[in-house]
Amino acid sequence: MFETAVIVETVVKAVIVVAVVAAMAGFATFIERKVLAFMQRRLGPMHVGPYGLLQLAADGIKLFTKEDIIPQNAIKPIFMIAPVVAATSAFVAMAAVPYFPEFTLFGYTIHPIISDINVALLYVMGVASVGIYGPLLAGMSSANKWSLLGAARAVVQMLSFEVVSGLSILAPIMLIGSLSLIDINDYQSGGITQWLIWKQPLAFVLFAVAGFMETNRAPFDTVEFEAEVVAGYATEYSGMRWGLFFIGEYANMITISVLVSIIFMGGYAPLGFIPGAVMMLLKVSFWIFLFLWVRAAWPHVRPDQLMWVCWKVMMPLAVVNILITGFVLI
Amino acid sequence: MTLNDFKKRDCSGDYIFFEGEKKSENSWEVFQRVVKRTLKGELFVGLWVVLREMIRFDIHTLKYPAEKMEMGPRYRAIHRLLRLFESGSERCIGCGLCEKICIANCIRMETRIDEKSRKEVSEYSINFGRCIFCGYCAEVCPELAIVHGVEYENASEQRAHFGLKEDMLTPIDTFRAKEQKEFSGFGALSDHADENVKKTPLAY
Repeated sequence: MFETAVIVETVVKAVIVVAVVAAMAGFATFIERKVLAFMQRRLGPMHVGPYGLLQLAADGIKLFTKEDIIPQNAIKPIFMIAPVVAATSAFVAMAAVPYFPEFTLFGYTIHPIISDINVALLYVMGVASVGIYGPLLAGMSSANKWSLLGAARAVVQMLSFEVVSGLSILAPIMLIGSLSLIDINDYQSGGITQWLIWKQPLAFVLFAVAGFMETNRAPFDTVEFEAEVVAGYATEYSGMRWGLFFIGEYANMITISVLVSIIFMGGYAPLGFIPGAVMMLLKVSFWIFLFLWVRAAWPHVRPDQLMWVCWKVMMPLAVVNILITGFVLI
Repeated sequence: MTLNDFKKRDCSGDYIFFEGEKKSENSWEVFQRVVKRTLKGELFVGLWVVLREMIRFDIHTLKYPAEKMEMGPRYRAIHRLLRLFESGSERCIGCGLCEKICIANCIRMETRIDEKSRKEVSEYSINFGRCIFCGYCAEVCPELAIVHGVEYENASEQRAHFGLKEDMLTPIDTFRAKEQKEFSGFGALSDHADENVKKTPLAY
């Protein structure tokens, strides 16, 4: 009986997370277009619905009804499965991420996390790395040189940022002594001064930069930069398969925003009169906004510059950070 | 701006002269440059610039079919034939200068002597398939009768739809409503020309 309840609860939570995040990913496309437009003195989508809000529906209908083209020389099964890999890995990573503080609904305590495993951080990082198989498989099976270049860049980028994000996150883990995101969150529950961003500023910056690389966002969007590789790995995709890549990218953005908020910015700890859930929403919204803000402001870097900054600057800094943290701990 | 302002060649006040960054010679200088650029905070300047524009919300979008761009008097679009403000009769005296000067050979006019033994233009047409909008016709016209309009939406089923006399002549209803605007002259400046003009930096 107890096990059935757990299974039902988990399934309901999973469905809610997927539904809400997919909807948020759709809405984020609208917000992105609006924010970018305002920053460039434009209006953005204005004609479909009030202030262009129904543009979402128009885009969705277009994606769903567009013909699903598979190129003649593409390796069909891999070509078809690649977007699914990208989207599922983005959503699976969310399984170990807590979103809100626990709350009681109808006398039943709900933990807004699908599975509180003790290696949550390792799990999230691992699954997010699996997500790179999406672009890799898509690029290699498309029979298109731009796709192949995009895939090559995806691998190069992943090899570079994985080291940085892994090493930079090591110092906070050494301080806390746990990989569970709930433990990490509870460690900083004593107000703003307890946030890890003050104790580990370098790790925070490095992890944030690596997060931008992981989500393929500007200024590190070498994988799908239009001016160089058309649309990179997604060149040959159309319709909902392309939409899955898109949803995966935005889901990744949300995951990274939640991770940074929890690890470095106090997570869902309440602040003064602001409840924890609202704090979490504010922080995640700020990070999503930062993703768009940076895209509007900064030029993108070349792949060689990206590798240069990862291997020659950020990785040594991360190692030095770990060293200093270790000495301080001893 | 007065004439003296234009005669003053020194324009260093308004322009920023950038000599270019010194090239790094050895790896120590490269390292210094990296550190300097990293800690300079220029990236945050970029962030601030776009955020400032967002807060200022000075949107430059023209919602085109609903709003239209105001064209300056120098703009050379589809021609118009104007009427005399006093009587409302056509300004064109049928001298034929525009027809003569037209380098694309696209103006064609037919004149006759009317019952008051005055010269009257019975047909006037411009072939807009040939017209290169050079503006010679408007420049040469002694009566300011043929001028360039500001109408830039020239989509139609036939290009002849814009080029006949009844299309170009100010309709009598528009004229009676006093909506015919005087042409400010060929090459006239726009109203805000003074505000927009800026000195060109000269090397000498």
